[in-house]
Amino acid sequence: MNSNLTLLEVKNLHVSINENEILKDFNLKINQGEIHAIMGPNGSGKSTFSKVLAGHPAYSVLDGEILFKGLSILDLEPEERSHLGIFLAFQYPIEIPGVSNEDFLRLAYNAKQKFYNKPEVTPIEFFQIINEKLELVKMSPAFLNRNVNEGFSGGEKKRNEILQMILLDSELAILDETDSGLDIDALKTISAGINNFMSPSKGILLITHYQRLLDYINPTYVHVMQNGQITKTGSADLATELEAKGYEWLKK
Amino acid sequence: MINQSNKVLNTNITKLVNKTYQYGFSTNIEKDIIKKGLNEQTVTLISKKKQEPEFLLEFRLKAYKRWKQMSEPEWAYLKFPQINYQEIVYYSAPKSKKKLQDLNEVDPELLQTFEKLGISLTEQKRLANVAVDVVFDSVSVGTTFQDELSKYGIIFSSISEAVHHSPELIKKYLGSVVPIGDNYFSALNSAVFTDGSFCYIPEDTICPLDISTYFRINDENSGQFERTLLIAEKNSQVNYLEGCTAPQYDTNQLHAAVVELVALENATIKYSTVQNWYSGNEYGKGGIYNFVTKRGLCAGANSKISWTQVETGSAITWKYPSCVLMGDNSQGEFYSVALTNNYQQADTGTKMMHIGKNSRSRIISKGISAGKSKNSYRGFVNVLNKAHGARNYSQCDSLLIGNLSNANTFPFISVHNSTTKIEHEASTSKIGEEQIFYFLQRGIELEKAVELMISGFCREIFTELPLEFAAEADNLLTLKLEGSVG
Repeated sequence: MNSNLTLLEVKNLHVSINENEILKDFNLKINQGEIHAIMGPNGSGKSTFSKVLAGHPAYSVLDGEILFKGLSILDLEPEERSHLGIFLAFQYPIEIPGVSNEDFLRLAYNAKQKFYNKPEVTPIEFFQIINEKLELVKMSPAFLNRNVNEGFSGGEKKRNEILQMILLDSELAILDETDSGLDIDALKTISAGINNFMSPSKGILLITHYQRLLDYINPTYVHVMQNGQITKTGSADLATELEAKGYEWLKK
Repeated sequence: MINQSNKVLNTNITKLVNKTYQYGFSTNIEKDIIKKGLNEQTVTLISKKKQEPEFLLEFRLKAYKRWKQMSEPEWAYLKFPQINYQEIVYYSAPKSKKKLQDLNEVDPELLQTFEKLGISLTEQKRLANVAVDVVFDSVSVGTTFQDELSKYGIIFSSISEAVHHSPELIKKYLGSVVPIGDNYFSALNSAVFTDGSFCYIPEDTICPLDISTYFRINDENSGQFERTLLIAEKNSQVNYLEGCTAPQYDTNQLHAAVVELVALENATIKYSTVQNWYSGNEYGKGGIYNFVTKRGLCAGANSKISWTQVETGSAITWKYPSCVLMGDNSQGEFYSVALTNNYQQADTGTKMMHIGKNSRSRIISKGISAGKSKNSYRGFVNVLNKAHGARNYSQCDSLLIGNLSNANTFPFISVHNSTTKIEHEASTSKIGEEQIFYFLQRGIELEKAVELMISGFCREIFTELPLEFAAEADNLLTLKLEGSVG
């Protein structure tokens, strides 16, 4: 596995928001073909980490380095990081009134095409592309005409995130609690979508509270995050152990 | 969290091309200008300069007297320093030595100015299917397609010319919809108006071209007071478009226009405005004070008047295009997008006066406030006691951008008839940082994201605009908002 290219390397990362240090000496390395799961109690900094990777402007990086495919991305804008291949499935996908899902998806797709000097697709061409992807997440084409996430149920919003992930086909996908609030059927659909997306050249970072997602998606590593850093790393078995014991026993 | 991230987002945004107001240039041209200040002599002088008939001079003097007794309205949600009416020049006209016989004789400097504004007066390049009257400071400099329209019996000219060729129509209709003493600014306009457009559509005629007036303020010290009068006879139809721009000065210029529309039985008038007066700089310096009275009278049964406005310019906007629904089954519509940025203030909306039976009105207002601006909708739906079966639907949506802008809605409804149906809906939303971040994360750049959200918000209004205006309006809004999201 180590012969594979390193997708993401985070070294000694310190991050703050409003002068509160959230990430304290955070380290992580994800290679191609690996699925990493991060678990941990509320407030340990999991979502912060996902947003920092995507370049959210609210957070300040105090120290450390984030390398994506060997290049530092700290000075890159969120849209540049997106083009390079970082995708974030949001924990709370935001509603965008007045903008149709179809327009939104097509613009996102074309923005990436443009970045790689590929021809942009017309609405008709795009309709074909998106229709195939819709089936993968069991969404009806009617979703395309609705406004982005507006009036979507919790499950629909999460499926819409996975749809976008598949469409943009990014190399590194960060899924921030994509499994929370889903019923069993939706969880299965979404897991199938994620497994379909995964390939030997990609990497996935799953942020989750529950072991049940890992019944469908087999992680290469499970990390425990506490108080802004990773305190324990193990195999998929660690998740089962956490499910039974909680996090308290890991505290020093 | 919000403040800090705003800072970061804002710096991202300032990296975007921050286009300045592209119409901010001024034209150097020889002018016939009178002394500043307003008194009876000024009014008489204007009338004399325009060689007006006696009845019009009387109209002006009466208006001046009324104006002197009135005071500036203070009820609007606007704050601005006292206007000194004695510091304003009330007449400024490009000098021409003889009367123009055709458009080729228009000063080339002027033609160039309008070319730059995208309005072509030269016959070869004129806009297809749109007849244009262009008003530069106080006077009309040219009207296109006049001959062609006259074949249909349609009169389209500057109002100064109309005073001479159609005095009866002017006498009959001028001040009939907006009476002299209607309000402070209409009284002022009635006293000193210098030019504007006049259009008359005869019976059973569907105007084959869109009629349009383009207003340009050029002089720094003169006010612009134009007067538009549009009459649609029985069974006629017309589309009217209006555009406006002004140069960029550090001082404020006053613009107080009056527009009167009359729709007789079965007539339809659709009046669209894209207002893009200079709005002042990012610190609130300069810009036009825009105090406009627009009113349409649905005089006949089944008549219809529809106002569509896209208000993006001016430092101050005070404007309420209204409909008096006198005819039975008459219809009034008001579609508006008002956008304010930086220190702009807008108090705009409409009045729908239901008098006739089964009269119907529809109000769709979209306010977008960015920067430190104030944007208010003010509406008045008044159903009188004989308006049986009257209906009104109002929808007022506000969109806030950033944390320092301000949106208000003041809907007044007064109903004196129990068979009336009134509906009112309102919403407020915000383009927030998290929405922007969502777009960015998907690789969609900021400019595009804002454009998409704004045009989604305004879609209902833009579909009401004529095609060429809709595209312009879309671009205009995006341009105006550059650098304002955060």
